[in-house]
Amino acid sequence: MEQLYETLSAIPVADQTFWQNFFLKFYRAWFYQDRWLSYFEGLLTTIEVTAAALAIGVALGVVVAIVRTAYDQRRPGTHNPLLAFVNFIFKIYVTVIRGTPMMVQLMIMGFVIFASSREYTLVGALTLGINSGAYVSEIIRGGLMSLDPGQAEAGRSLGLSYIQTMWHIVIPQAFKAILPALGNEFIVLLKDTSLISVISGKEMVYYARAIVSRTYEAMFPYIITAVMYLIMVMGFSYLQSILERRLRASDRR
Amino acid sequence: MIDVKGLTKAFGDNLVLKGIDEHIYPGEKVVVIGPSGGGKSTFLRCLNLLETPTSGAITFKGTDITDPKSDINKHRQKMGMVFQHFNLFPHMTILRNMTLAPMKLLHKSKSEAEEKAIQLLERVGLADRAGSYPSQLSGGQKQRVAIVRALCMEPEVMLFDEPTSALDPEMVGEVLDVMKSLANDGMTMVVVTHEMGFAKEVGDRILFMDGGVIAERNTPEAFFDHPQTERAQNFLAKVLM
Repeated sequence: MEQLYETLSAIPVADQTFWQNFFLKFYRAWFYQDRWLSYFEGLLTTIEVTAAALAIGVALGVVVAIVRTAYDQRRPGTHNPLLAFVNFIFKIYVTVIRGTPMMVQLMIMGFVIFASSREYTLVGALTLGINSGAYVSEIIRGGLMSLDPGQAEAGRSLGLSYIQTMWHIVIPQAFKAILPALGNEFIVLLKDTSLISVISGKEMVYYARAIVSRTYEAMFPYIITAVMYLIMVMGFSYLQSILERRLRASDRR
Repeated sequence: MIDVKGLTKAFGDNLVLKGIDEHIYPGEKVVVIGPSGGGKSTFLRCLNLLETPTSGAITFKGTDITDPKSDINKHRQKMGMVFQHFNLFPHMTILRNMTLAPMKLLHKSKSEAEEKAIQLLERVGLADRAGSYPSQLSGGQKQRVAIVRALCMEPEVMLFDEPTSALDPEMVGEVLDVMKSLANDGMTMVVVTHEMGFAKEVGDRILFMDGGVIAERNTPEAFFDHPQTERAQNFLAKVLM
């Protein structure tokens, strides 16, 4: 293949057939100087950033959702100043994060708050996690609020504690209900990692752009990147559908 | 067994219970009837603190359970509750619905809890449905399961909150039969219901609630034949054609 490349690249561009030209461009975008390795290096970073952001996002989301649900479903007439204060802070957090673009948040984190940091990828993961937490918290809150209060009452009336009722009765049902929305959020998160290239996070788009800047040929690096994202998302969607099918066991009639 | 003193409950500005004093004795079957919005369900739900009373005291077996220092979870284990809408856990099998609380709270082993559950299911004729999920059962079957789920905790008193109101008419009988057999076993029961036949047959005492107070207490015979208060007379005139 390398020989074919040498032979073809000797032909002047004007004399190349369509397929010869196609081959040359693809070769330069993928095989030349083992460039395909850098896509996979970027892919690895993408996966790492997604995993880190997911962990931060879910942890934040669960805490925010539980506090906000506890506040919304508090018994009328009772007042807990600490709960009210924390709820207020979390409400601001969700409002600010949902109200500003992801890209702007990245730039503020990368160029203002952590301007002196060289850990671009880490800052990117942190920003994505904080961003994701706001959305995840709303998804979880929706799941907790949608459940019939009778379920929790039945658990409590048997003598189960609040925690036991949440753990055995409320959360499993809420989780099943929110799984499609959570999967959606995960896919958005995975794709949003491409944005950290604006603060020099070394993920797939970062390397694709580096190759473009060397070959002056944009089509293949970006299409390759797109295909790699697509394959990942399709693989994940498949796993999600398997999980949903297993959780649906109790719906059969 | 349960002593209620000066119980009031307000939702915001809406005073639903306006001072209830009542005593429920061991083995007694108390039937609470009355028009909608009269406070029947709220009264029942206050007995196991699913609603927190605004004021007043509820003493269960000598302990004031409205005292924040008392462990309400412990007391609720001894007070079974059956809801209008069954509230079975849809993500668990019937057997798991019944064994969850005994295993977590009474620290029974899985086999012990399941043995007891199957025994109770046999009693209500549903042993063959142990592995089913609630969505596979009819309303009457669900409510029978809900009753035996509460019985798995071996409660000393059973609270029924309109257990047959959400059922198709042909399924009311099977649920009432289970309740009657429970009554015959000597269980202490507080039943909120619109089933006048059941009230007459099983009740030891009728509490007629209207406007947030117990407007009349009477024996079933006296209540249905010669109601003392005008409100009860009006109510019965509408209910018993």
